[in-house]
Amino acid sequence: MSTKSKSIESKTDFNQDERLKKVSNLKVLLNRPELGALGGAILVFIFFGIVAGDTGMFSAYGILNFLDVSANLGIIAIAAAMLMIGGEFDLSIGSMIGFAGICIAIPAIYWGWPLWMSIIFAFSMAVLVGYFNGILVVRTGLPSFIVTLAMLFILRGATLALTRLITGRTQVPGLRVLIENDPIAWIFATDSFKWVFTWLGSMNLIALRTDGSPLATGIPPSVIWFIALAILTTWILMKTRYGNWIFASGGDKNGANNVGVPVGRVKISLFIGTAVAATIFATIQVLDAGSADTMRGTLKELEAIAAAVVGGCLLTGGYGSAIGAAFGALIFGTVSMGIFYTDVDTDWFKVFLGAMMLIAVIFNNYIRRKVTESK
Amino acid sequence: MSDYLVQFNNISKFFGKVIALKDVTMKLRKGEIMCLLGDNGAGKSTLIKTLAGVHKPDEGEIIVEGKKTIFDSPKDALDMGIATVYQDLALVSLMSVTRNFFMGREPMKGPPFLKTFDIEKANKIAAERMGQIGIDVRDPSQAVGTMSGGERQCLAISRAIYFGAKVLVLDEPTSALGVHQASVVLKYIVKAASQGLAVILITHNVHHAYPVGNSFTVLNRGKSLGTYAKKDITREKLLSMMAGGEELNKLEVELKEMNRSSVN
Repeated sequence: MSTKSKSIESKTDFNQDERLKKVSNLKVLLNRPELGALGGAILVFIFFGIVAGDTGMFSAYGILNFLDVSANLGIIAIAAAMLMIGGEFDLSIGSMIGFAGICIAIPAIYWGWPLWMSIIFAFSMAVLVGYFNGILVVRTGLPSFIVTLAMLFILRGATLALTRLITGRTQVPGLRVLIENDPIAWIFATDSFKWVFTWLGSMNLIALRTDGSPLATGIPPSVIWFIALAILTTWILMKTRYGNWIFASGGDKNGANNVGVPVGRVKISLFIGTAVAATIFATIQVLDAGSADTMRGTLKELEAIAAAVVGGCLLTGGYGSAIGAAFGALIFGTVSMGIFYTDVDTDWFKVFLGAMMLIAVIFNNYIRRKVTESK
Repeated sequence: MSDYLVQFNNISKFFGKVIALKDVTMKLRKGEIMCLLGDNGAGKSTLIKTLAGVHKPDEGEIIVEGKKTIFDSPKDALDMGIATVYQDLALVSLMSVTRNFFMGREPMKGPPFLKTFDIEKANKIAAERMGQIGIDVRDPSQAVGTMSGGERQCLAISRAIYFGAKVLVLDEPTSALGVHQASVVLKYIVKAASQGLAVILITHNVHHAYPVGNSFTVLNRGKSLGTYAKKDITREKLLSMMAGGEELNKLEVELKEMNRSSVN
């Protein structure tokens, strides 16, 4: 026996294997899922730098403008990406945005709840909706595409019907006055780093209004949320056990189950994640606009999935990155705002969005083949 | 007190009226490789699932290290050190070698509530373990999808051993592999046994089983046709028992008859 095992071990010195090729850092980078989105974002900035460099797009105000749009999309795109890595879709994100909006507005305006309580109520509803989506998908084994498509209609319909029933209208205005002195609302409604902008304004480095205050007043809350979520989710995916379980659940449900990964719990938590992200999106927008609209968030679920795909997520799950989705959202946000600064008609934005997604899918498909092909 | 590591005595399993297994007995010592041979439909899958704790046997007893036990779930079997490597291997091809190796059992570091996946330690262990079995994991963060079938099989076995398997149940580990790959896997199985594990190798390929096995149990239509030590049986005898030798003999005779009549 000992001679046998010796003969096997003799040629297996790991460190001195002559077949061990040094892999360049470039190649490691090429294997990262977010590479395409990063490259795309750089291209987009170069393009607008050339085409719209002197139009004010890259003034403080212009930058914050497209960052705000990107960040709003990014918040839901990151959650959608996490869920896609976990192997599922959520098509009810857009409807959840509308639903969360009225969950804040109706209690606050019509039932006299304090605003903070309405916000907590909206988040509780999000957890419920997400849990329901998740448990339905996990228990029935039905494709999440169908289950959440049903939820898309149910939530949007319920939002419309309930709002009209309670208020007789489809919009609920009047929230702005409630924000002040609310213990929670500021988290979703306050511009940050105002002093930086005041200082920049006083140094005449950024544009000022006629009253001397800076045109760009501070970093909008969406951007702060976006960056925080991007960091948090990337940390979760790369550095935690739960992150490993997300990849495993999306990559091979049965395999993961067999080695003790609680696949069902992981997926349900990710569905809760998308619904909560939709509610963060809704809270920021509702407080910013001061009113809730039943149609808010329409089609946002598809934009979020598009951004996640551009960010390197595979539609089949098990592969992708949160930071990639963030870059994907940055691309879409930048182009959708940047197009105003060019001579191009804004109608073309959707064409760009579609083309971008198509290129991303083809690219991702190629990457996946490379990653999984046998040698 | 017996010196058997694990004993499955007179295991029977019924599904309604169907007798899937009847009085199957298997006993293994440390370092032993028992090959379980059987054609399609012989009851191999049912037996594996019974060994793995997925099915509870309707009759018979399971004795692990001298203690009679009942597996209520696959986790019970695993806790007793009986690890089953299924054909699908429970590997995710898009994930890295390391992430697969520690899937569901990640090493952690850091303070409570802020514990993180200790990826450096995991990489080191995974590379070390794969190196020990002669697989050059060029980079433990490479995707499992880039590995060959044999390497994946070895990874799955190596993972089971690392996490404390005493008895390895291997379901058709060589069926999807070429000759060279299969021999790599078989070599690894022998090595694992030589380190004190008991191995139950389930296969329908006598040519793979015969060189590595210490004893052979042949399963046919849910019943054991007996267990034979290697010195007591030839490869040809095993082959004919497995395939229901009588049937093949009869077929041969019939074919000869047909030939003769057509020549005349």
